[in-house]
Amino acid sequence: MTAVAAPAHENPLIEGLERLPVHPTVLVIFGGTGDLAHRKLLPALYNLAHEGALPERFELIGIARREQDHSDFRAVARESIERFSRRKPNKDVLEGLLADMRYLPGRFDDDRVYARLKRTLAEFDDKAGQPLNRIFYLSTAPEFFPVIAGELGRTGLNQAERAETRIVIEKPFGYDLASARQLNAQVLEEFDESQVFRIDHYLGKETVQNLLAFRFANALFEPVWNRNFIDYIQITAAEDIGIGGRAGYYERAGALRDLVQNHMMQLLALLTMEPPTAFEANRLRDEKLKVLEAIVPPSTDEVAEMAVRAQYAAGVVGGVRVSGYREEDGVAPDSRTETYAALRLHVSNWRWAGVPFYLRTGKALARKVTEIVVTLKPVPHLALRSTGSVGVQANQIILTLQPDEGATIQLGAKIPGTGMRIRPVNMEFRYGTSFLSESPEAYERLILDAMRGDATLFTRNDEIEALWGIIDPILTAWREDTSSPIPQYPAGTEGPDEAKSLLAPRHRWNRL
Amino acid sequence: MPQDLWTARDTTPDDVEAALRNLVRRAHATDETLAPARVLNLVVVIEARWQELIGQRLAAVGRYHASRTVLCTVHDGRDTLDATAAISYEEIRNGIGVVLEQVEIDIGQEHLDFIDTIVDPVIISELPTVLWCPRGPDEVINRLMRLTDVILLDSDDQPEPGEALHRADQLLDSAYVVDLAWLRTTPWRERVAASFDPPWRRPALDQIAEISVRHQGRSRASALLWAGWIASRLHWDPAPLRAPARGGGLEGKAARPETEVGVKLEPTEMPTPGLAGVTLACEDGFSLSLDRAAGGLCAHRRSPDGHKATWKVLGASRGEGGILGEGVRQALLRDPTYGPALDAAREFCPV
Repeated sequence: MTAVAAPAHENPLIEGLERLPVHPTVLVIFGGTGDLAHRKLLPALYNLAHEGALPERFELIGIARREQDHSDFRAVARESIERFSRRKPNKDVLEGLLADMRYLPGRFDDDRVYARLKRTLAEFDDKAGQPLNRIFYLSTAPEFFPVIAGELGRTGLNQAERAETRIVIEKPFGYDLASARQLNAQVLEEFDESQVFRIDHYLGKETVQNLLAFRFANALFEPVWNRNFIDYIQITAAEDIGIGGRAGYYERAGALRDLVQNHMMQLLALLTMEPPTAFEANRLRDEKLKVLEAIVPPSTDEVAEMAVRAQYAAGVVGGVRVSGYREEDGVAPDSRTETYAALRLHVSNWRWAGVPFYLRTGKALARKVTEIVVTLKPVPHLALRSTGSVGVQANQIILTLQPDEGATIQLGAKIPGTGMRIRPVNMEFRYGTSFLSESPEAYERLILDAMRGDATLFTRNDEIEALWGIIDPILTAWREDTSSPIPQYPAGTEGPDEAKSLLAPRHRWNRL
Repeated sequence: MPQDLWTARDTTPDDVEAALRNLVRRAHATDETLAPARVLNLVVVIEARWQELIGQRLAAVGRYHASRTVLCTVHDGRDTLDATAAISYEEIRNGIGVVLEQVEIDIGQEHLDFIDTIVDPVIISELPTVLWCPRGPDEVINRLMRLTDVILLDSDDQPEPGEALHRADQLLDSAYVVDLAWLRTTPWRERVAASFDPPWRRPALDQIAEISVRHQGRSRASALLWAGWIASRLHWDPAPLRAPARGGGLEGKAARPETEVGVKLEPTEMPTPGLAGVTLACEDGFSLSLDRAAGGLCAHRRSPDGHKATWKVLGASRGEGGILGEGVRQALLRDPTYGPALDAAREFCPV
């Protein structure tokens, strides 16, 4: 008989299993009645339960200010799951998940809440006959993050005997570099870095993780993935809708904080980092950190040359007239919050020196699309004439994250006929045609990873600070500039003309 | 799901392939968001009497269907090929509509001698090809082996599990085998692995004194594979099981260093194929039982001090349609533990 031997300290039964074990866990959601819990977290937990992916012993506690009892919370959770789950709930699984769900009402700074939480956790441990791992998921307004972390530390809930304790912190992690540093310090006063899971749900998306597979599992791309072959790279995260009812949040955040500092910079890091020696949390994050540190933050004086901000004005999106940003409910008529941001960044290292990275994001643009366009340098000598055709264009590798997940390689090909005329053609790979299975929601993957203690897809403290370090001078320059007019772009267009000023000669923004 | 169809009597494989290409081209010309799925070919060869049953199972695979399915139905006395080629498209999701292709070819017994030349032109050669011949003769599998990357089989389908496992072992030399009987044990393997995963509980794996597997009467192969799995993972040395003097099932021993582990397979009444429950008992009095229940598995644990606990482990049953779909999905993956489990299961088989 042959068998694959596992080292003595490992569980020999996990070899070959697609779904690795998760230890018995109690998940405590602070902000359990909030929008994120309602739309994402509770449906994700149901889907994990449906697939048999939750730990064998799993308990859930919701904490929020709303006065209600356990059964009210279960009713709300049922509604969330029935409405937002990606699959129709199985009655027995749903009932099983809801059966012993608990709710603790109270303010996040109220000692009595933590005393009750402690009792409930002990009760669950007793019921299970073993200490359960504890995950505290902070799905609250950011001002409560230090409050909750502090209370958990003060009441001794930041650690447990014979069980792991982890804290998951939603974005935004900080408002600028100083606040991010302060929050890191406050959280790390109570928890060890290995216990802290800063979530950016973008990293849980299959297509974002596939960037790593695309780069490091294919010999085709890595040889050209450097300054010798790549002319420039642009990353676009465009939305065709305005701010909707989120004026309160958006007026404080703006496009730079909302998307660039986290999602887009993460894409940039994954796109430019060196290959990690292993797909393991700290190895991967070390490489991301290195490349983020190679992006030299601009001085305040340089910001005007490398960053453009704008706001959408009234226009037409998809045939529908929409108001301008300053006319939206809840937005100040003289608001200077950007709904569009474009940047030109440089990664100052051996691989990328001299290659501009153009990032742009905006609301109320012509189309919803998130994509990375890698434009290669033109061929050094062209024997073919371009008469009678659009000619030879630089190759582009386009990685689309949404709405149509896939990759396109743009090549020059001969137009059929007697002449040697060339035009660009597309070689396309679409996820939907090669993987007929449905991808799990990002939150399903991330919750499971947090329960397993795998921090690979979470952001480390030094990484967070490096991300803010790049963005902070731009925020400062824009905050201090209270007089120059904010460029306006009509809703439904490609964005402001001013964004073209960031581009080097011959470079262009790809059409949305 | 909209569908376009081509059908012909007394046709050739080349015509079928050309028809498929035309259907796809026409669909794309009508709507450029339609693109053909390119995952794997699934070739199914069955006798005409199983056509309806297998058709129902294929229809129930859910989202894990092959991108091109080629169903060859063998009829007595037929000497021509009749064929239907069809494409169907899923609703447009994320900007594309995914086109699935289905081919049905009615063939005669006499075609079986050269069935590979009929199938070869209608599969996409650059994609992996999965062969499923439920209740089909071995000659068909041998004929198609040169085109095959993965063989899908169900060891629970055979009346004699020993022969079924022997056949699976033989096929494993020529192609990757996805055994539905093995996939029926997946939740049971995952849950037992999870129960012993906390480091403080792992030492109990070295103290297992008895395992018992409860299974549907027709799923003895699944039960043997589960027992073979744990034996191979823990380096036990299995011995052939025997029918007990009274009652059904099988029982016997596996050797582990300095002692033995009792092994019991107990058939039980249940409507669907697969396992009904497993129990692992340790020398110190610890035991864990998992039993099938609505919405998951019911777990019972007895601690060495006699303390008992019962709880439910959540999870929805995939059903038999789901198992076949899972088989198609697994064709693109590789499980290194099936081979060793199969070896051990064969050693457990009664002589």
